[in-house]
Amino acid sequence: MADSPQAGQSSDRRGFFRGLVRGLALLAGGATLGLLATRAQAARTVWQIDPYKCTMCGRCAVECVLSPSAVKCVHSHGMCGYCELCTGFFEPDAPNLHEGAENQLCPTGAIERTLIEQPYFEYRIKEDECIGCAKCVAGCAAFGNGSMYLQIRHDRCVDCNDCAIARACPTQAIRRVPADQPYLLKQVDEP
Amino acid sequence: MRLGAGRLILWAVGPALWLGLAVPAWGTQRFPPPQFETDHTLPVTHTPPPDAPWRDVLDVAVLAAALGLAAWLVLARRSRRGVLALAVFSLVYFGFWRGGCVCPIGAIQNVTAALAGGGHALPLVVAAFFLLPLLATILFGRIFCAGVCPLGAIQDVVVIRPLRVPMWLEQSLGMLAYLYLGAAVLFAATGSAWVICEYDPFVGLFRMSGTMFMLGLGAVFLLGGMFLARPYCRWLCPYGVLMSWIAPGAVWQPRIDPVGCIQCQLCRDGCPINAIDAPDAPAAAARTTPPAGARLHQGAGALPGAGAGGFPGAGVGVGRRDRRRMAGLLLIAPLLVAAGVLLGERLAPTLARMNERVQLTDRLLAEDMGWVEGHTDATAAFRSRGESRTELAAEAERIESAFAWGSPLLGAFIGLVLAAKLIQHARRRRRDEFAIHQPRCVACARCFALCPHHPGNEAMLIELTREKTRL
Repeated sequence: MADSPQAGQSSDRRGFFRGLVRGLALLAGGATLGLLATRAQAARTVWQIDPYKCTMCGRCAVECVLSPSAVKCVHSHGMCGYCELCTGFFEPDAPNLHEGAENQLCPTGAIERTLIEQPYFEYRIKEDECIGCAKCVAGCAAFGNGSMYLQIRHDRCVDCNDCAIARACPTQAIRRVPADQPYLLKQVDEP
Repeated sequence: MRLGAGRLILWAVGPALWLGLAVPAWGTQRFPPPQFETDHTLPVTHTPPPDAPWRDVLDVAVLAAALGLAAWLVLARRSRRGVLALAVFSLVYFGFWRGGCVCPIGAIQNVTAALAGGGHALPLVVAAFFLLPLLATILFGRIFCAGVCPLGAIQDVVVIRPLRVPMWLEQSLGMLAYLYLGAAVLFAATGSAWVICEYDPFVGLFRMSGTMFMLGLGAVFLLGGMFLARPYCRWLCPYGVLMSWIAPGAVWQPRIDPVGCIQCQLCRDGCPINAIDAPDAPAAAARTTPPAGARLHQGAGALPGAGAGGFPGAGVGVGRRDRRRMAGLLLIAPLLVAAGVLLGERLAPTLARMNERVQLTDRLLAEDMGWVEGHTDATAAFRSRGESRTELAAEAERIESAFAWGSPLLGAFIGLVLAAKLIQHARRRRRDEFAIHQPRCVACARCFALCPHHPGNEAMLIELTREKTRL
């Protein structure tokens, strides 16, 4: 069967077909590469939250594919007023101004309050306990200096191709930033 | 520098303000940072860095090495065990260790977004993940699916009792993948959604965490996959569509034993994904058992007429029915494309409304007109920031117009694919041997191990040959 003229003809045809498909594939691949070379930027990027666009809606805590979320509160201490009465730390109707859990805004008690010198208190985020719910962020932004804010922590983030929190964010505050500047930190002199 | 009194007043009115807080504030420098009398140093904000660039290089190197190894195992060694071992390795490395991201399937969207413009960055690692498996397909067929893709691997290891899906159902379900690919491209190009990632059934399992929907979808696919082998690969994978276009042109293709097929059908029955074509009925009827003979009836319309040339008229004894059927299909083809375009046009506004910016525009309008009560987080933030309504409207209009031509294009694509499938089905080439269907085959190498010619199967070969001669 293999050397009958008919079989030879059909294998010729098959060879031609394969060559055609291969040629078309290479052509399409080449065209794609060419277009990409002119249009795309080949930068390494990671996800990050723009703190000035964040509305502290609380979705970061629940939408991340990780549990707990890769988003945590960070504190720019240089911006902090070191208030005795920190609205990022205390519940608005806190019974007492001390560290008791019933007074604290943070649902996990992830903020450590220490007296530096009267009347200044320092507030440190215990990242292991922070769940990124943004309650403190909202409190700090509403009545304080806005020195507490959310950031995606790159020791936790798995860098999903399509960030699940970015998808759910109501203000598109999460975007890709260059990997060599992976944080959008607030500075003292910024607005 | 004592602001105690001010803070106390704030404390008193705080709760009231708090309740009335409708719009977010980003904080201002209300309280100047203190001048400490003690030598207190401010804690530095800790910023753990992302993965080092060498991790990307390692991933691409592992991908390239795994592709090379898969090609060798499938084409040179023809080893099912080897392929399975490589698949398990890939599942662990690309799946569980690297979290399943980035993968070539999802990279379709990155490439689309980069091509569509808008300054979308395409990291080199993503470009490499998209292109390397396609390049491997041009050379060796779909070996990526067999041993390298973690999604394929996780489905391959759970196959326990694959059921045979009738060919008409296989082909029909296969259309879903084209629809998925088309939708993924449309949504990625318009910057609306990354559907491949959003509905990836396995990435939640790889990370051992995710929403209930994601994990549930994964569980459904794995449970279903025990009986319907590789459901995602066969009927949904958009990257598989690209590879199925390329695989028939591969330089070296996986083949059924080249030595001498004894038409035992074991490979065809053992293929869990319907990727082995049986010989055409007239040639096979004389020497095969009833199950193969049964296909005589099924293929009777198209097959006997299509001669060696494939086209009606090229062979001998072409039936008038075949010619009429082909003519009918060629007439229907433009109609299918036109129907796709029309449907796409009708659906365009609905699809555009899946875009967040379009949604926001609509919602703002609805709030202004009093059609809806209250506001959403997005509209509240938009208003409080005082962003330009005209800019938003212009952006929404751009997106809507992109859908207005993209959606009919998607419809035309689906219509074209449907027509091509029908025509292809009607003019199936004559086949004398069992042959691997290159577009569908994922090179899992199961059929190699089942073949009586496979090393170690000599006893089976003797048994089957005896049986044949007795018949």
